[in-house]
Formats: sequence, structure tokens, C-alpha cells
Amino acid sequence: MTLTAFIEGIGLLGPGLTDWPSSQSILSGQQPYQPCKTILPSPVLLPAAERRRSGAIVKLTLATGLEAIAAAGLDAISLPSVFSASGGDGENCHAICEMLASDDRQISPTRFHNSVHNTASGYWSIATGAMTASSVLCAFDASFGAGLLEALTQVVVDNTRIVLLACDTPYPEPLYRVRSIPDAFGIALVLAPERSAKALAKITVSLTDASADRLTDTALESLRLSIPAARGLPLLHTIAMQQDGHVVLDYLDSTRLAMAITLC
Amino acid sequence: MPTISSNSLNPLWLSHFTATSSIGRGLDQTLAALCQRRTGLAPCTFDTVDLATVVGEVAGVDEVRIPAYLAEFDCRNNRLALLGLMQDGFAEAVHAAIKKFGAQRIGVFLGTSTSGILQTELAYRRRNHATGALPVDFIYGATHNTFSVADFTRHYFGLAGPAVVVSSACSSSAKVFSSAQRMMAAGLIDAAIVGGVDSLCLTTLYGFNSLGLLSEQACRPYDAQRNGLSIGEAAAFALLESVPEHPRENLSKDAVLLLGIGESSDAYHMSSPHPDGLGARMAMQDALKMSGLRASEIDYINLHGTATQNNDAVEGKVVSALFGQATPCSSTKGATGHTLGAAGGLEAVICALALQHGLLPAGLNTQNLDPALDLDYLLDNREQPVARVLSNSFGFGGTNCSLIFGRAGSA
Repeated sequence: MTLTAFIEGIGLLGPGLTDWPSSQSILSGQQPYQPCKTILPSPVLLPAAERRRSGAIVKLTLATGLEAIAAAGLDAISLPSVFSASGGDGENCHAICEMLASDDRQISPTRFHNSVHNTASGYWSIATGAMTASSVLCAFDASFGAGLLEALTQVVVDNTRIVLLACDTPYPEPLYRVRSIPDAFGIALVLAPERSAKALAKITVSLTDASADRLTDTALESLRLSIPAARGLPLLHTIAMQQDGHVVLDYLDSTRLAMAITLC
Repeated sequence: MPTISSNSLNPLWLSHFTATSSIGRGLDQTLAALCQRRTGLAPCTFDTVDLATVVGEVAGVDEVRIPAYLAEFDCRNNRLALLGLMQDGFAEAVHAAIKKFGAQRIGVFLGTSTSGILQTELAYRRRNHATGALPVDFIYGATHNTFSVADFTRHYFGLAGPAVVVSSACSSSAKVFSSAQRMMAAGLIDAAIVGGVDSLCLTTLYGFNSLGLLSEQACRPYDAQRNGLSIGEAAAFALLESVPEHPRENLSKDAVLLLGIGESSDAYHMSSPHPDGLGARMAMQDALKMSGLRASEIDYINLHGTATQNNDAVEGKVVSALFGQATPCSSTKGATGHTLGAAGGLEAVICALALQHGLLPAGLNTQNLDPALDLDYLLDNREQPVARVLSNSFGFGGTNCSLIFGRAGSA
């Protein structure tokens, strides 16, 4: 059983990767990859109050999602969304756990509503005005694959365009030591059921028990392994190489995603 | 069966289901509590919580033993999950489904909001004084992480198909039906374990308290004097399968089917619903559209009904506008408390019991119905044939999901 969709827009932000256009030459090996701390832009689309309250995961999803949607020439207001992250707002989670372990457990209302896993989805809908369905997922290290599968089934079964936002942000200490995500990283994809003038590539995906592909650049491979959302990098690498290809993306311990990529 | 239009959902069969909450372990106890109008809410004695509130705590969770080979998953949320899986022959049904379809053809789609975060809350009390480090016995990935309960479930059954947690606050375990339905329709899987598990923790108790949304007494949904919610915990599961090709031969008339799903976002505020309930309205309308049913064909609505001023006012207004006074409705959160990420799954099971037993459950604790809400809100149980029901689940972040279930034998 295979699932087919057309990629119409890509958003990318991570350590040493500032957006999709400037990252293509890095992923294809024409420019050296030089990791440096991810810079998250201010979420200007949010009202001032929400902007103040927004954490890294909100900034990251807005930056990558809006980049992908702009590239596809679409308006976010009409797109259903799939958010997949291996964790929520790590700084906020740490602050809550610290307070709950103290003598003063009166956490703030903002801290509490930012603690839900769908914080980014909530802020996204407020920022973009999208009243569409939003799936909010977690599959730990398999979160990229889980998000991609959910997005593809919506494209195929509901015959709709969709934006996938696969994003991860780090925890501070002491959680960092037990869940060591080194930096913020996100990939957003606009996927469509039919080929259009905007289509960049056709992808056909099936489940497989083959091993996941590795990236040859050791720094990029280290990024792929250290941040769940970066497990999608072999897909972007193939598109950046401007070649058709087959990749196997990491997913669950027992199951990976085999993908045929045909450039449009 | 209801007429299905060409672009609508192929009904799915809830071949097995079970629920464990503060009103009972499994279906028999749950049904008995509903029939006897018994609440599971009691003054909060959970952990070291010093709040004047009541909770729907499941008895005996601490006594549940996680099998040794899954020891890393040991936390309250997964103990509650295991307790739930042990009821009503659900685990046996999953094993039979594995024999029938294969371990790779069964997906796991579970909802939770706080997962095993209690484990982290407790670990933060035991940080190393010198280094601040968490204790070495704390295992983040298998307990705290949001995926934990689905990962535990797939390992418990030895499943090798797709698995995911949906975590959209209090709509989580309603929305799992949608993800599972699509993956079945896409042909990736033949059956799905869906449901929700959420357990008591300090984050939600102190969090809702900070918002001024926690009642000091058992919550009173749709009451004029309602003053907030009561938090509960639950584990609810259903096994979703395709409807057999020859329903007359293979499907009992009491079989419960998923007929429609509607999902939307408020795009309004993180913790307050849209004042006109626009998102909630879209979810209910889309569920009706997908099911091919008119509002008048719904026999009962299990409301989200949290007993906060805002939720009930907005939801009541929308239900009244869409369904009028004609459709009996109630919130069962007066019995179970608000089980957050498990609420959609738990209330789906309560809807299934309503369909199979012809019982419309009363909303408990409510004394004086809010006169501003023009509804047939059930203050007493009603017994009548029930063919189709709708269940609402809304959550923080403005997430909305409505589900419609029906009895296979209803014309």
C-alpha cells in the first residue's frame, strides 16, 4: 500500500540552516555545513499579548510553516494542519515542574495553557486565522514519520492540501540531560493531492522494515540523529540534489518509511 | 443503517470497547454507576495536593504492576492504561485481532494530555542538591514523554504497525478516531486500537486552579450556579474494524458504529472558547455532514459540559441553535469528572453503552439548570431506544471534535 502526494512548499529552520532556499546548497554539498545556534524570528503575525507569551516551539512552527505556505503561494487560513513534535515547550515544562516541587505551587495561567502539547497549534490558528482541523501528534523519536503519515493520509483520503509542521525544541537542564535535543529544528511541508504548477516533487511512501538512510556529511548526520524532526532531512537532501531518488526515513523501531521522490 | 452519501465516511465498527474511570472498572461497573446515578467524585486526597477540590480518582491504580519486561514504562499513566486494557476481555480481543490481521496491520492511536508527567513532577522533588540532576531511576522517554502510553500499548501487545499519540488537550481521544479512520481508509492498516488515557497529576490540578476553573465541590455542568470543573482520570479503549461485508450475517444489531467526525479550530484564544462557539458549531455540523444525518436524527448528545461558566454557556448556545430543544443531552462529567485527554474516549464508550442499553444518562450534581440555556438537559435518566448519538470534546488551544456513533440495527 502506497501513499502519494506532491510537495508544493518547504520550510526549514535549524542550527546553521536559516531557510529552505539558502539551505539547498548546504544539503547538496556545494556549501559547507556550519552548525550554529538556531535563530528563531519573532512571531510578528501574533497579537502583542500572544507574542509575549509564545515560546520557542511557537516561533519555530510559525517560521517554518509560513515559509512553506508562502513558497506554495497559498493562504494558511484555508489549510488543515498536522503538528508533530517529540515534546512541547521545554522551558515552560521545566518552570512548572520546578514550581510544583517548591513550597509555592501557584503556577501562572499562561504557564498552564502553554503546557499543553497543542500550544503551537493553538497559537498557529490564532496567528493565521485558520479554523481548519489541526492534528497534534507525538511519537517520541518517530515523530517526523508519524506526522508525515498522518499528513499523507489526510491528503489521500480527504483529498485536501495540508501543511505538516514537524518541529522540536530543547529542554533546559535538568531535563536536557535525560532528553538531549541540542537545538530548535523544524521542517514544514505543504502537501497536495494533485500535481500543480507549484509542485516541487512527487513523493510515494510505503511502510518498510529496511534501515533508515544516513546522510554522508557527518555534521548533518549528527543533526539527523539528535533531533527527531531532522529525521526528515534525507528527503530534503534528495530534493536539494535535484535528482529523483529513493530514501528510507526513520520511523518506529520496527517500521520505517520508504519514499520514492520524483522531481516535478 | 443510515443512508450514506457518496463522499461520506464508511462507517467503522467498534468491535470491542472498554472504559475504566472513577465510576468503575470496565463496562458492567460503568453502566451500573450510570443507571444508579452514582458519581465517582470525592474530596481530593491525591498525593500532596493541598487544594479544596474534588477529583474522580480511579481506585487501585498504584497497585497495578507493569510486567517486568516493560518496567521502564512504569508510571501512573501506564498503570492506568494497563488496568483499562485488562477489562472486558479487551486485551484478548486485541490478541485475536493480531491473529486475524497480523501485528503490522493494527495501528495504535491514543490520546493523552499530560501522559506520565507526574513521574517528572515527583523526580523534581528528588533532584541532586549539589548538581540539580534528576534521579538516575527517572526514565523520561518511557514515562513523561507524550508518546509513552501508545509506545507502552504497542510493546505490550507486540504490535508493529503505525502508532501515535494525539495530544490536543481535551479533544485528544476524540480526534484519535479521525486519525485511525483515515489510516484504515488509506489501506495502511486493517484495525486500530483507539482511546485515551489521562491520569491525575499536579500540573493539571494546580493549573486549572490558577485559572480559577476548579470547583471546590463536585462539578455541576449546565447549572446556573456552576463554578468550575472537577478533574478525573480514565482509560478508555476501542478496537476499530471495518464493517463486515455482509452486515446482516456478521454484525449484531447492537453493534456500535462510528458514523461521523467533525474537527475544527477556534483561532481565538488559548484557554477561552470562541464567544459565539463558531469552532464548536463547525465541528458538530461537519460530523453531521459526514454521517449524512440531520440534526433531528440524533437521539442524544453527550456534551463536553465541563461546568465552567464559559464552556457550558458557549456550547449550550450552539447546541440549542443546531438541535433546538428537541434533543436530550447531558454532560457525564458530574459522574466521572473531566478526564481531559481521556474524555473523548471515555465519553465515546458511554455513548456506546447508551446505544446498546437504551439509556440516556442524567447529568449529575446539577440542581438548577441555567435558564439562559434552552436545552432538553437530562436531570434524570431516561430509558428509550437510542439509534444515533453525538459526543463533543473541546480543548485548550481552541481545538474541537465531535463524533457521531450509531447502532447497526437502526434503520
